[in-house]
Amino acid sequence: MSTINKHGLSIIREIEPLLPGNVPNIKDRIVSGIYQQAEGISSQVVRTGNPYQAGLEARLDGILTSRWLGFPMMLLLLTLVLWITITGANYPSQLLASGLFWVEGQLLHLFVILGAPAWLTGILIQGAYRSLAWVVSVMLPPMAIFFPLFTLLEDLGYLPRVAFNMDNLFRRAGAHGKQCLTMCMGFGCNAAGVTSCRIIDSPRERLIAILTNTFSICNGRFPTLIALATIFMGTLVARTYSSMLATLAVVAIIMTGILTSLLVSYLLSRTLLRGVSSFFVLELPPFRKPQLGQILIRSLLDRTLFVLWRAVVIAAPAGALTWVLANSFVADTSIFALIAGWLDPLGQLMGMDGIILIAFLLGLPANEIVLPILIMGYLSAGSMLELDSLNALRTLLLDHGWTWITALCVMLFSLLHFPCGTTLYTIFKETRSARWTIFAALLPLALGILVTLMVNYCFVYVLG
Amino acid sequence: MLKTTSLPIQGQEATRNFVIALAGNPNVGKSTVFNRLTGLKQHTGNWPGKTVTRAEGIFSHRNRHYTLVDLPGTYSLHASSTDEQVARNFICFSRPDLTLVVCDATCLERNLNLVLQILEITDQVVLCVNLMDEADRKGIRVDIDMLAHQLGIPVVGTAARSGMGLSRLKDVLDDMVAGKIVTTPRQVVYDPELETSINEIAKRLTPYLPDWINSRWVALRLLEREYSVLDHITDNKNKNYSESILKEEMALCLQ
Repeated sequence: MSTINKHGLSIIREIEPLLPGNVPNIKDRIVSGIYQQAEGISSQVVRTGNPYQAGLEARLDGILTSRWLGFPMMLLLLTLVLWITITGANYPSQLLASGLFWVEGQLLHLFVILGAPAWLTGILIQGAYRSLAWVVSVMLPPMAIFFPLFTLLEDLGYLPRVAFNMDNLFRRAGAHGKQCLTMCMGFGCNAAGVTSCRIIDSPRERLIAILTNTFSICNGRFPTLIALATIFMGTLVARTYSSMLATLAVVAIIMTGILTSLLVSYLLSRTLLRGVSSFFVLELPPFRKPQLGQILIRSLLDRTLFVLWRAVVIAAPAGALTWVLANSFVADTSIFALIAGWLDPLGQLMGMDGIILIAFLLGLPANEIVLPILIMGYLSAGSMLELDSLNALRTLLLDHGWTWITALCVMLFSLLHFPCGTTLYTIFKETRSARWTIFAALLPLALGILVTLMVNYCFVYVLG
Repeated sequence: MLKTTSLPIQGQEATRNFVIALAGNPNVGKSTVFNRLTGLKQHTGNWPGKTVTRAEGIFSHRNRHYTLVDLPGTYSLHASSTDEQVARNFICFSRPDLTLVVCDATCLERNLNLVLQILEITDQVVLCVNLMDEADRKGIRVDIDMLAHQLGIPVVGTAARSGMGLSRLKDVLDDMVAGKIVTTPRQVVYDPELETSINEIAKRLTPYLPDWINSRWVALRLLEREYSVLDHITDNKNKNYSESILKEEMALCLQ
C-alpha cells in the first residue's frame, strides 16, 4: 500500500505545478461545461408542447405541499386509508375466523377418532393451529386492504411530498430531512426502514434515523392496533361511528409515534449525537398514473403474503411453546402462570397485566405474534374454549379484566417497546455496534414503560 | 472483481458472463428496467432513493449471459456523496463490459449531465430513454435518432412499465457486447483555458496510466484535486498492465 501511495504521490508531484489554483472555480467551470453541453444537446432533441398538464401538476403540488393545507391533507389521507382498512376488514375477518375455527373443530374430531394423546392434540391444535388461525383471520384482511392502498400512494408519488412537508420539522429536531422517507419505509417494516437509512450520508444523522425508526408502526403491529381499536375503541360509541372512532384511535397512535420520533431525534441531537443538520436537495418526482394491476399483485404477494408467512412460521411454534409453558406445572402452577405472576405487579402499574407483558416478550421474534400469544395465554388460563369471532375475542379480553384503558395501554406499549428481533439484527448490521443496538432496544422500552405508567396513573387514579 | 481479466477466447464466449452496470438519475425507472430485464420482482417506488442496496440480477439473451448491476441513482458522478462514489467507482474501476444509462424522457436535459460524465469515463455506453409514454402524455417529444447522433452512442426509447422497447434494448445491448456497434462518444468541450490544462496534464499522465483508463478523465479529477483516483487505479489489479512496469516507469521518471 505504501509503495502505491508513493507512486501516486510522485505523479502528483509532477502534475501539481501544472494545476491552476482556485479549486472551487475549476470545479464550477467543469460543471458548467457539462451543463452547457447537456443544454445544447437537449435543445436539439427535445420538443415540448402542451403546458396544460404541467400546470395541473404544479397546482396539485401547490395544494399537497402548501404551508397550510399540507398537514391537514396528510392527516386526511392517512385517516381515509385506515378507515377504508378498518371498515373493509371487519366482515372478511369474521368470515375467516368462523371458517378456520370450524376447521379446528373438525381437526379435533379427527384427532379424537385417531386416538391421539392429549398432549399431542394440545400442542398441535390448541397450540399451533389455533394461534395460526388467529394470525390469519385477524391479520390477513386488514393487510390485504392496507398494503395496496399504501402502495398506491407510494406509486402516485405522494411520499416525497410528505417528506417535503415534514422536512422543516425534522431539521428543527436536528435530524436529516430524508429521515422522513426512512420513517415512511418503517411504516412498512422497521428492518427495511433501518436499511433505508443508508440514504442519509452523515453518520450522526443516520444513527438518529436508525434509532428512531421503531416509532413508525410497522406491518406487524398495524393488525394488532386495528384489531384492538376495533374491539375496544369502536364499541365506546354508537355503531354508526364505531369504525370512525377506531380509525381515529389508530391515527392518534401513529401521530404519537411521529411526534415521539421528532422528540427523540431532538433530544438525541442535543445530547448524545450533537451536531448540525446537513442540507439536501429533494426532488419532487412527477405524479405518475399508478398501475393498478401491478400494485395489487405486488403488494399482495410481496407484502401481505410475506408478512403473513413470517407470522405463520413464527406463530405456529410460538403457539406450541406457549401451550407447553401453560401446561407444564411446577407445584400446581403452570410455568406460564408463574412468569405471568412475577410480571403482573409491573403490568398492573402499566395498565396491563403479566400475560400481556409475556406476550410482548415472547413476541420478540416478530410483532405479528403478540396478539396470538396473548390469546393463547388467556385461553390456557382456562376461561373459554370456543373462540369463533371478534366478539368472542372481546368477551375473552373483558373476562380477563380488560377495559378500554387496558387496550389503550397495550396500543401505546405496542408503539413504544423494543424493536423486533429482525430489526435489532438489522440495526446491529448497520451500526456494527452492540452498544447502539442495545440502546435502540432500551430507549423505546424505557419510553413505553414511562408513558403507560403515566397514562394508567392519570386515568385510574386521577380521573377514575 | 466481477470482470474476467483475460480476453475472451472463442470457446469461452458462450459461457462468459458479461457485466452490465445500470446507472441513472434517481426515480427514472431504473428499478423497473432492472426488473424487466432480469425478471426480478423488486418493488419499485415513485420516490428518489428507493434503491439503497446494490442489486444484482442475471438474464440471458441470444445465448449470452449477463449480470446486471443496479447502481444507486445519482444526479452526477462528482463523488460528493457515498451514492455517487459507489456509482462512479463501479463504472470506472470495476470496469463493467457495458454501462446502461437510464434517462427520464420528461426531463432529459438534467439527465444528460450524468450521461456526459459517464461518457468521459467509458465509451461502452448504451442510453435508454425511459418514460417515453409519460413524455408523450405531457406533450414532450424526444428525437431518439438525433440524440444517438449527438451522443455518438446507441439510444433506445422505452416505456419500461409497459415493456415497450425492452426487447430492442436487449438486442442493442447484445450488439454492443458482440462488437457490432462502434461508438464515437461525444466529448465535453470545456472553456479554452481549461482545455489547455486538461490536454497538458493528460499528455503527461498517459505514460503512467494503464490503457483502460481515460487520461482526460483522470486529468479532470486531478484538476479537482481528487487524488484518490490514483490510488484506485493502482489498487485495481490489472493484468494487461503489470505493476512492475508501472514501478519501473515511475522510477525512471523520478530520476
